[in-house]
Amino acid sequence: MSASDLQSAPSAQEAAPPRPAWQVLLIRPETMTLALLVLAVFAGAWLSPFFLDISYILRSFTLYAEFAIVALVLTMVIIAGEIDLSPAANMALSACVFAWLQQAGLPVPAAVAVGLAAGLAMGAFNGLMVIGLQLPSIIVTIGTLTLYRGLAQIIAGDKSIRVPEWFIGVDKIMVLGVPLPVVIFIVLALALGFLLSRTIVGRQIYQIGTNEVAARHAGIRSARIKFGLFLAVGLVSATAGMMTASRLGSVRYDLGLGGELQMVLMAMLGGTYIFGGRGTILGTFLAAWLLVLVSTGMIVANVLPAVQLVVLGILLVVSIIATNFIYSRTQR
Amino acid sequence: MSEAGASPLLSARGTSKSFAGVEVLRNVDLDLMPGEIHALLGENGAGKSTFAKIIAGVHRPTRGTLQLGGTTVDVASPVVAQKLGITLIHQEPISFPDLSVAENLVLGRSDGAPLGRVPWAAINRDARRLIDLLGVRIDVTRPMRGLSIADQQMVEIARALASDSRLIIMDEPTAPLTPKEVETLFGIARRLRDEGRTIIFISHRLEEVRALCDRVTIFRDGNKIATEAIGKLSDADIIRLMIGRPLKEYMHKGKSQIGEVALEVEHLTLPGYFDDISFSVRKGEIVGLGGLVGAGRTDVARALFGVAPAASGSVRVGGRPVTITDPAQAIAEGLAFVPEDRAVAGIFRTLSVEQNISAAVPGQIAPRGVIRRGVEKALAQDAVKRLRIRLASLRQPIGELSGGNQQKAILARWLLTDPSVLILDEPTRGIDIGVKAEFYDMIGELAASGRAILLISSELPELLALCDRVLVMSEGRLTADIARAEATQEKIMSAAVPQVRGAAA
Repeated sequence: MSASDLQSAPSAQEAAPPRPAWQVLLIRPETMTLALLVLAVFAGAWLSPFFLDISYILRSFTLYAEFAIVALVLTMVIIAGEIDLSPAANMALSACVFAWLQQAGLPVPAAVAVGLAAGLAMGAFNGLMVIGLQLPSIIVTIGTLTLYRGLAQIIAGDKSIRVPEWFIGVDKIMVLGVPLPVVIFIVLALALGFLLSRTIVGRQIYQIGTNEVAARHAGIRSARIKFGLFLAVGLVSATAGMMTASRLGSVRYDLGLGGELQMVLMAMLGGTYIFGGRGTILGTFLAAWLLVLVSTGMIVANVLPAVQLVVLGILLVVSIIATNFIYSRTQR
Repeated sequence: MSEAGASPLLSARGTSKSFAGVEVLRNVDLDLMPGEIHALLGENGAGKSTFAKIIAGVHRPTRGTLQLGGTTVDVASPVVAQKLGITLIHQEPISFPDLSVAENLVLGRSDGAPLGRVPWAAINRDARRLIDLLGVRIDVTRPMRGLSIADQQMVEIARALASDSRLIIMDEPTAPLTPKEVETLFGIARRLRDEGRTIIFISHRLEEVRALCDRVTIFRDGNKIATEAIGKLSDADIIRLMIGRPLKEYMHKGKSQIGEVALEVEHLTLPGYFDDISFSVRKGEIVGLGGLVGAGRTDVARALFGVAPAASGSVRVGGRPVTITDPAQAIAEGLAFVPEDRAVAGIFRTLSVEQNISAAVPGQIAPRGVIRRGVEKALAQDAVKRLRIRLASLRQPIGELSGGNQQKAILARWLLTDPSVLILDEPTRGIDIGVKAEFYDMIGELAASGRAILLISSELPELLALCDRVLVMSEGRLTADIARAEATQEKIMSAAVPQVRGAAA
């Protein structure tokens, strides 16, 4: 096949020969994730006969669905060359705002709307600091992660706030046998996957992450797009906060504590490059399933919780080394 | 001054240097005498800085030998150079801004045990002695950060004295200095010479070279052209020696119909970069913008395109006044800008050639925001064919292409926007001769099709061969507007070199 490729090129003397197809496939960021996912399925099935029970896996996934949903949007932020570590705190604060307002007598739909607006405002604040003031997003969002969590604690105190009975149980709603949070995750993944790979905005997100100066020179409004991404993370985090509140039936300030690391883990495990420009929604999608399979697989197999953490850590390190190694080897 | 019979401090023989296969310095023989101030002159890229850096151990020569005081030496690194008594003083001194002047002065001195106490009193005393030797007033306990550039240079010179350097290289030291600071620097340089040290002085300012230096060596295209006592050369001689290369024959000028004004700039000013720039470019006209690196040409282009907007002044495109503060607006107004630094501001290295070509025309490949792959491919393929871009596949990362083909792809990107005004900033830099000729043809064709072209170039033959008019900038100001018929290398150069305009004419 390489011979025909060479012939079709006008003159290849100045250009490097095209990369072999196997290389193109291997350096796709999500290849490693897929391999690990297949491996996890086999390992799980070998460890426990209950493991391949689809409905069990789906139910397990609802525990991770909120983080996974935010991780999809976070993937786009990372591809654009920024990071947001505040989503988990945002989930807690918007859920606390919502729970507190409905307890104070506001109708639930209105309380939800205010909660979502709060999430949007938190995203806007991050965006203003990063884009308006040109501060590094990692510093800004470490700051706001603490700030939002602190505000949540002020609002909710140390108690948990109950939500109305009818609001509880989003994870028990089934759509064609699939829990609603999982459906939302899949639909959002499809939508964002389309956005990222088929639309101009998606294209420009990659271009900004690859070379922001060149992007600006090409007339791409990078500030606008990045701000939009921070807003999106804010809104989706608040939505995830509401879903968590519904699943747990009550809200505390420590809702989703440490979730930002799970989200970043999913994106990294999915082959997203931490310095921007590379990554796919498919990768994060697969990584979320991988994470659920490995975690539940280990629970089923009675692996000690401490060992579970070690396995997750090794998984991340291996996948990062593998993708970076293959990537740097094929860069000329 | 060099006397017959005195043995040179440093002799370079057959010094050559190649970067990535391109020879930038060719067989340079040069003797530097003890107790002289020796100027290195030449156009940008002529090789003078490369030569200085080889002596200072920053670059290693590809070929050639260096003799210091009669013995052959291998200046393998700046540290070795320092030990041999050779110091390079940078234009913007490299130092540790948060450490004190005294600490910067003793840097690299390796006395005392690793975990021993720092002898602060002794360090400060030594530093004060060195600074006093220069006769300047600098508090050695202050951090470097707060010092003026002139004072930072003094600290560098003091450091050279601390290691008892015999050869001090000053690479364009006066560019950031005020006239008074320049006087102080010259006074010190003369004193160092009188102590028997040798100074290499690199500058674009002829009157400074004349005021300070004993001998001058002129570089051109990587060759040493002449070494003479400064008194034997007139300014006009020097300029002629600097530029005197034959016009390359492959260049030609296409004939295009020059129409109405497409771009009109009035009193454009950005303090610190350029001042009161006014000019116009007509349809079908190629206007060159010449000058030395750092004259503010790129800053004007960036201002016009909205990357770093000007503070004041007005711009009209096609007769309509416009305010451009963002490249997206510039593109909407029909401007296009091929930037000087392709890697930084042009290409998306890891993305496909196709994506790189279509980056500025989202509306054409995605009428409703959704990309039509077929349309994009057709556009890119057409551009590849028209500009003869050599590649293996449209989907290969642009970083895998040669520099010339990358540049063609960037040009293709801008042609897709169908610009009425095209700004090209050093479009042929780092490109093979053969591809350069193709570029010249293309630029001519673009003008012939009625576009207005502003061509920034440091290559005089390029300006002369392609342009209908040549504007020259020097130190942020427009110093000449030369019609094609009257344009010569000498005229451009004398307008470009600061403060020798009257003398060279």
